Amino acid sequence: MRKIAIYGKGGIGKSTTTQNTVAGLAEMGKKVMVVGCDPKADSTRLLLGGLAQKTVLDTLREEGDDVELDDVMRIGYGNTSCVESGGPEPGVGCAGRGIITSINLLEQLGAYEEDKNLDYAFYDVLGDVVCGGFAMPIRDGKAEEIYIVVSGEMMAMYAANNICKGIVKYSDSGGVRLGGLICNSRKVDNEREMIEELAKRLGTQMIHFVPRDNMVQRAEINRKTVIDYDSTHVQADEYRTLAKNIDNNDMFVVPKPMSIEDLEKLLIDFGIAN
Amino acid sequence: MVDKKDFPNPEAFKKQILEKYPTKVARKRAKAMVVVDEEGSAPIVQANVRTVPGIITQRGCSYAGCKGVVLGPTRDIINITHGPIGCGFYSWLTRRNQTKPDEGGENYMAYCFSTDMQEENIVFGGEKKLREAIQEAYDMFHPKAISVFATCPVGLIGDDIHAIAAQAKEKFGDCNVFAFSCEGYKGVSQSAGHHIANNQIFKHVVGNDDTVQEGKYKINLLGEYNIGGDAFEIERILDLCGISLISTFSGNSSIDHFANSHTADLNTVMCHRSINYMADMMETKFGIPWIKVNFIGAEATAKSLRKIAAYFEDKKLIDRVEEVIKAELPAVEEVISTIKPKTEGKVAMLFVGGSRAHHYQELFTEIGMETVSAGYEFGHRDDYEGREVLPSIKLDADTRNIEELKVDKDPERYNPRKTPEQLEKLSKQKGLDFAGYHGMSKEMKKGSMVIDDISQWETEKWIEYYKPAVFCAGIKEKYAVQKMGVPLKQLHSYDYGGPYAGFKGAINFYKDIERITTTRVWSLISPPWDYSNGIKADLVSNG
Repeated sequence: MRKIAIYGKGGIGKSTTTQNTVAGLAEMGKKVMVVGCDPKADSTRLLLGGLAQKTVLDTLREEGDDVELDDVMRIGYGNTSCVESGGPEPGVGCAGRGIITSINLLEQLGAYEEDKNLDYAFYDVLGDVVCGGFAMPIRDGKAEEIYIVVSGEMMAMYAANNICKGIVKYSDSGGVRLGGLICNSRKVDNEREMIEELAKRLGTQMIHFVPRDNMVQRAEINRKTVIDYDSTHVQADEYRTLAKNIDNNDMFVVPKPMSIEDLEKLLIDFGIAN
Repeated sequence: MVDKKDFPNPEAFKKQILEKYPTKVARKRAKAMVVVDEEGSAPIVQANVRTVPGIITQRGCSYAGCKGVVLGPTRDIINITHGPIGCGFYSWLTRRNQTKPDEGGENYMAYCFSTDMQEENIVFGGEKKLREAIQEAYDMFHPKAISVFATCPVGLIGDDIHAIAAQAKEKFGDCNVFAFSCEGYKGVSQSAGHHIANNQIFKHVVGNDDTVQEGKYKINLLGEYNIGGDAFEIERILDLCGISLISTFSGNSSIDHFANSHTADLNTVMCHRSINYMADMMETKFGIPWIKVNFIGAEATAKSLRKIAAYFEDKKLIDRVEEVIKAELPAVEEVISTIKPKTEGKVAMLFVGGSRAHHYQELFTEIGMETVSAGYEFGHRDDYEGREVLPSIKLDADTRNIEELKVDKDPERYNPRKTPEQLEKLSKQKGLDFAGYHGMSKEMKKGSMVIDDISQWETEKWIEYYKPAVFCAGIKEKYAVQKMGVPLKQLHSYDYGGPYAGFKGAINFYKDIERITTTRVWSLISPPWDYSNGIKADLVSNG
């Protein structure tokens, strides 16, 4: 089983990209589990067709200690197993602690055991790694591969660089490695070249360039992934390619985060200032 | 029996102790371990700074200082600890604070209230549970007041305890509800918690009741916590003198006393460290002067009573105080005369509190014992060197993190009890040192060792050096010290003894110390490592 965590700046399209990619993997016949690590609990909506999912933490709260895996796991598109950690309302409690509690519980319940025959476990993690809780999926060797969703926008690249710092920190103890950058295009000038260069500087690769297409939003409003909604659409093939690239990926590195000066220079050299 | 030794220069021994530390630690600890060069002078000592991690400190936390020390002894406030159960349980009556409610009066000290937070309350927030706990306490007891104490996780997840308290207060209408942000991680020791407690009691309680009590000589006693019944003995003596005690902060106290305390005419301060903020704030807002007193030690008690009498400038009171002292002292002297021959020349070490290491030296002196080394767990430099060093204490970030209330004169109730001229005259002619405290170090003999925040390693080494007849500290140190064959007297909880304050308390203390220092039990036992080879061990990992 490969354990993959998807990180990236808030609003960059992590959940959408993750689910569309997972649909691609499922179509290839892979058995995939998706663990949403965001208190908003919207990481599995497209796979479950919008089914309201009872989160791990809600279940734990309501059922006490008598919790079974079936209580928190739903089967979605292409036989994917879907789990949402859940968490508190905005502004109260501790969402980070929630993620830790939730992932520990999934382990206790045997979600990752051999008998589940999983090929992939995906962690879809809330925007920025704001505290230790959100680093949980990359600690203790939980997720081994990380893909960062990024675009050519400056703050997205800043965030990607920061996440790389987090990966470096945990690469020794947890053995986590960066598998590549996924460029979720915002139609910024020279975007492909810039992200390719960013990847190179970070010591990794751009694993795929996902062009911007309104079909993604159309599928999303229908609570489906693109492959599920219109499998013949050209955008569906983009996600299939991304899925295939991840499946074939063998480039796993400890990234080399850039200094802020270098990062800004990259942006200037690649056209934003021009 | 005299076993007073001449100790060689402690500086050389200090060097040996420090040699075991890493360079940086040694440099830091050197500044916290100083010799009194000249009698009556105070060496500069490093205090109220962060403990070196791993050093095994005596210190406690901010929550302990706030909930355990300052508010713990008050009987009729329901103190709810908002946090996991351990903080509430282990701060519950461990200091043996006693209390005596009036007939039919409320007393909640026998209860331990906690929200008992679980993991889900951490994740989803504990506000709902706290709100329910306050309501439950109110419905069950209908108390005059409920207070809420924040533990570490509450600060981390940001439960708004003050808003919840304010809402509950408004909802109930007949119950004062207030909260303390005294998370254990605040500040460098429990001292931070004392300050937080002072602030909130001053803000939410003091001045709520303007009723003027009967009595000619009205005082408050600040920083007395009725351990082992100390307050009862002090109350007995004040009563004999005809001095009215409006409020004690907070031994044998009621919230009603706090609310009314601004009507007193003098504040007397026992434990300077834990309560000086209150004395200062009451002076600024209401015009009540304060003086330092000490009711630990018969001589000290007499001296404190004379100071109070001098303040009121009334011959009747002055004479009455002399009569009381004259009546009380013979019993004390009689006990001293039988005990002193057995204790004279013995040495004591005191490492406790933020005032106790100072106060109890009086009692030892009275039976001829010398305190050769002493220090506080959580004192500041002014507790060692006197308040005159206050302007030169650099405010560090840890101190700035604790709120400093801005207090102004009360527009209606500010009433200076004495004119500046009167204060000046009393200070000059009667030696009343208003808002003054000279600290511990100046009262120690030349060559004594003053050590702040002593570590376990230093404790063991200095015990080897001084071989004291008794070591005074708390429960955390008790058994480690006793394993060295040195008796330890707890001065937080008094073990099972007390009262030790006032005249009768002094007698109790002399007798307990005589028993402790003359018993042969320590020479009759030998630890297993003296007669067996024991087990040798090595570090498994150096990584």
